[in-house]
Amino acid sequence: MITIVDSGAGNVRSVLNMFQRHGHDARVVTTAVEVAEASKIILPGVGAFDAGMAALRQQGLDEAIRNAVNNRGATLLGICLGMHLLFDGSDEGTTQGLSLLRGCVRRFPTAPHRLKIPHMGWNVVRNVRPSALLAEPDPDRRFYFVHSYYVDCVDQTDVAGVTEYGNEFTSVVHRGRICGVQFHPEKSHRFGAALLSSFVKM
Amino acid sequence: MLRARVIPCLLMNASGGLVKTVKFAQPKYVGDPINAVRIFNEKEVDELILLDVEASRAARGPDLSRIGEIVDEAFMPIAYGGGISELSQARQLVSLGVEKVIVNGAFIDRPELIRELADTIGSQGVVAAVDVGRDLLGRRRVFDHRRKRVTGLDPVELVRRAVELGAGEVFVNDVSREGTGKGFDLELVRAMSASVGVPVIVCGGAGEVSDLRAAVDSGASAVAAGSLFVYIGRHRAVMINYPTHARLKELFIGA
Repeated sequence: MITIVDSGAGNVRSVLNMFQRHGHDARVVTTAVEVAEASKIILPGVGAFDAGMAALRQQGLDEAIRNAVNNRGATLLGICLGMHLLFDGSDEGTTQGLSLLRGCVRRFPTAPHRLKIPHMGWNVVRNVRPSALLAEPDPDRRFYFVHSYYVDCVDQTDVAGVTEYGNEFTSVVHRGRICGVQFHPEKSHRFGAALLSSFVKM
Repeated sequence: MLRARVIPCLLMNASGGLVKTVKFAQPKYVGDPINAVRIFNEKEVDELILLDVEASRAARGPDLSRIGEIVDEAFMPIAYGGGISELSQARQLVSLGVEKVIVNGAFIDRPELIRELADTIGSQGVVAAVDVGRDLLGRRRVFDHRRKRVTGLDPVELVRRAVELGAGEVFVNDVSREGTGKGFDLELVRAMSASVGVPVIVCGGAGEVSDLRAAVDSGASAVAAGSLFVYIGRHRAVMINYPTHARLKELFIGA
């Protein structure tokens, strides 16, 4: 059973829809008690860092998620803002994140490449370290990105995949039972479905 | 690397059917939107734009249950526009799974709507749409589709303002070329794309796949089209179609 956390700061319906369409049992939860029972947790998220953390804190979901992962062996996948919240903090805000991974979130610079911000559209991920999430070697593999911020990991061994936009940035993190993807697997056709299925099998 | 996006633009009428127009007029029924989205999903299109063309004119809001049904068929992002004039509508759309909300008429009336939307659902979820026509002196001006008239507003200034207010993307529709297949007005594409630092989607005039490349070379981050993906052949038979991923890669990234 996949547990999708709905803190009000993410789009859960599409995530739920993709799991169910591919035959995986999934449910949406809003309370700390429900997260406490979970063994596989998805943390979606869209919007600003501080608002995202505030939404989690309001329901005690931040502690519940940390507890589930650190003390009860749950696996966790953060998506987009959900991935950012795994880290210590963001240039965008002042709140502390979940600090399950070390590093912080930074904004894409507009110079020197004069790139459009947000980074929006289909891009590819280059595997840099083995991860169950990226095992499928489909040459057409691509994912939908939409973000203005990216994560800067303290520990490079947490970086499983990178993507090029101007420079290369971290697009997939994976450390033990904790993973995060910058893109939206629920909006990435069969490539996203394959990644979510890999998470189910972890 | 990031590839330019190619986006089918689907127009819905009041009864929820798909229609196609020419220069924003003569709507012709082309099919059921849920079926169309299913086919586009199978073809793994980059993204979809869904517009309820009559909602603003009829001063009614989005048809949420129909939109929900449509979005459930799509495993790619969908942007929806039509009749959005307040925050609660945007929140409901996002909770249905709509990736981005498109605002047009309402933001001409009340630009602060953009700021309110961006603060609530995030800039990346807010698309400022502008229809472009020409005034009697041939200058490009914003076209108000609800009142069916050219305004005195400069489209470049309007989209710059929208981005300052928090719009994360801009959608430019060329009224005079819509449905004609004559190709894009590349000078318009260039001017609009260069005016803001957010992605710009251009629409109106695509007649063949090479037009898409020309628009991107002029600075567009994405290209939208209606007729190109809904009709085929000289006699405009209705058939949903879309270039293969291999073709798009070849077109934009090179073989």
